[in-house]
Amino acid sequence: MGLDFGVEVFQNEYLPEGQAQVDAIVTVTATGTAAPAPVEGAAEVLIIDTSGSMRYPPTKLAAAKQATEVAIDTLRDGVMFAVVQGTDEAEVLYPRGSGLVAASPHTRAGAKQAVARLRADGGTAMGRWLMLADRVLATHTGGGPRHAILLTDGQNQHETSQQLARTLDKVAGRFTVDCRGVGTDWEVAELRRISEAMLGTVDIVADPAGLAEDFRAMTAAAMGKAVADVSLRLWTPEGAEVVFLKQAAPGLLDLTGRRTESGVRTGDYPTGAWAAGESRDYHVSVRVKPAKVGDRMLAARASLVSPGGEVLGQGRVLAVWTDDTALSTRISPEVAHHTGQAELASAIQEGLEARKTGDTDTATARLGRAVKLAHESGRTDTAKLLAKVVEVQDPATGTVRLRAGVADADEMTLDTRSTVTRRVGKG
Amino acid sequence: MTGPPQPPDTGPAEDHPTDDDPREEHRMSMETCPECAAPVSPQDRFCEECGRNLRVQRTTVGGPETVARCACGGEVFDADGFCGNCGRARPSARDRVEFVLPGLAGVSDRGKRRQRNEDSMAFGRVRGRGVAAVVCDGVASSERAEQASQVAVDTAVDVLLTAVQSGTDPEAATKDAVLAADAAVARLARPGADAVAPSCTFVSAVVADDTATVGWVGDSRAYLVAEAGAARLTTDDTWAAQLVAEGVLTEEEALTDRRAHVLSRWLGADSGLEGPQAVTFRVETPGLLVLCSDGLWNYLPEPEDLLAVLPRGVPPIEVARELVEVALKSGGHDNITVVVVTLRGGHGA
Repeated sequence: MGLDFGVEVFQNEYLPEGQAQVDAIVTVTATGTAAPAPVEGAAEVLIIDTSGSMRYPPTKLAAAKQATEVAIDTLRDGVMFAVVQGTDEAEVLYPRGSGLVAASPHTRAGAKQAVARLRADGGTAMGRWLMLADRVLATHTGGGPRHAILLTDGQNQHETSQQLARTLDKVAGRFTVDCRGVGTDWEVAELRRISEAMLGTVDIVADPAGLAEDFRAMTAAAMGKAVADVSLRLWTPEGAEVVFLKQAAPGLLDLTGRRTESGVRTGDYPTGAWAAGESRDYHVSVRVKPAKVGDRMLAARASLVSPGGEVLGQGRVLAVWTDDTALSTRISPEVAHHTGQAELASAIQEGLEARKTGDTDTATARLGRAVKLAHESGRTDTAKLLAKVVEVQDPATGTVRLRAGVADADEMTLDTRSTVTRRVGKG
Repeated sequence: MTGPPQPPDTGPAEDHPTDDDPREEHRMSMETCPECAAPVSPQDRFCEECGRNLRVQRTTVGGPETVARCACGGEVFDADGFCGNCGRARPSARDRVEFVLPGLAGVSDRGKRRQRNEDSMAFGRVRGRGVAAVVCDGVASSERAEQASQVAVDTAVDVLLTAVQSGTDPEAATKDAVLAADAAVARLARPGADAVAPSCTFVSAVVADDTATVGWVGDSRAYLVAEAGAARLTTDDTWAAQLVAEGVLTEEEALTDRRAHVLSRWLGADSGLEGPQAVTFRVETPGLLVLCSDGLWNYLPEPEDLLAVLPRGVPPIEVARELVEVALKSGGHDNITVVVVTLRGGHGA
């Protein structure tokens, strides 16, 4: 544990008389040359869906097995790991028993053999998989990152949404989870719910052949973390209210509901684990009691805090009320950019939802708006994905027509990647 | 005036400190030394304990002390001076300053629109001799304007009080005070930053025996208010005032002209100042001398305007408070500073 956190605040602190809402982008960069946590400190659980749906087409299970094997190969010697197979039940496939085992040439070979013998059968209850992963990770005594990869192809049919919600409440903050959907039979919203709660990512693996590389990247990223369980602590003045706190880059992640009170007018929001050199943007929106014109106020103090309560970095969100409109009408490019990126994500999600329910007007309007926003912010990646779902007539005005035959994979790719954001000037 | 102004106080026993006077230490007591609290007698010229000059009383050098408490009641501030409770920046002690001495008092207020109070005031009294007062208004477009005005009033009031004590010619003393203040402000300038060199205006009053001398540079003003009426004693050193003098603009046009406040003379590194304008007159009837920054007179430009809102029969601090209140109620667009000196008439202050 040896990272410092550089905190930069981007905002226009000048507000017109009476304005209560204060918005700022807080850029947090882990600095210092801290090496990744010692391998013995890190723990990895690979969760592979072996429900009946994985059988068709047969290449699906084969690809998932192959990807899991690649993931096992990426585990450095000494990393504590386990492989869990999930159906409507969950079971530790490797090692025997219910704990973790240190990665070594011997255990990696053993794990891969166990994976090779997997057969697909049964239902899908992801909450149970996560509960088991939690129990397995609870046996881990190291202080490093705890991470799981959840690989599935289907919908969470064998438990209710409430059951999953209860599980997520219980295990959130104890480890991080990256979710990967294989094929097109899974629900984007469902996996996003898990990855958001577990501070991980979600993506589609339309082509199983691409899984191996993705797994390699995920495990490498998870194991590269130098500090785990860093919280963003927000102090706000008396009478103030946090409207929202969202991670704005590299991906959108609403943390507003994840607040834990940690002091007077102070709350902690989980940010998970950090690697040296990693940088993220957070959008803080606070409603304060407006002061008089000419007054300055500390509208929020954002601190990065270690699990032990040590403050690793700090930034200030200010408010200055002025009757000088030249000051108060200035736009913070960072706040405007991330506000636009968040709107782009919701326009895509709402547009696709409307399209699914047959509400052509709303779908056309929202997806048209998304095309315009993607165009304006130079999001060519998103623009390309949008163009597979709508026929773009004029990107500048967002004039579009819905396409008739859209491949499920294209639609799901657009949906899952809608929360990927860019930073100002890096678009 | 419908009622006679308050007679000047001859000693602390007749002082009129009010309950909300924030500056306890400025209520001078002849019973104890204001410096070291040792007991002293009214005849003592110096404190036998610490050597303090007991004949001279003056406002604190360097201006008011730090504020300990936020407006919300919070007493904890973070390293950058933000209140741990309501988040507001620690109020500058300069936001609202009140000083009271026997026979004269002043109020300086940030106003409602400016982020800082760049006006300063200083005044003092030599027992049995007279009083001196200075108001300076830091030029907002210059650097460290509040430092400029504070240094100017401190420097000038020292020179003036020394003159009151030794009986030097007040007009000569006023010129010395202005030049000393000008030099002191000039020393604040950064080399090579002439365009933004700290600068300020100046208006002073010396009242001793039966004469009063007013000196000024810039657009801070002095008014004389007596039973018979009121008069402005100063002429603004502004481009607009010059244009009025030359007949290019009318008084009314000048007030709204964008050049109304562009100074033609000021104190500071780039001032090229040779001396103040000054006027000396005999104090024949009781009255009040009002020194103020443009934060007040913008709302009460004519002597009659001032007379119309002036409270009667109250001590100088109440007069100053009321005038500042009028400016605040009118919008408080600039810093407001008012120093009120009681003129006894006929036999000095």
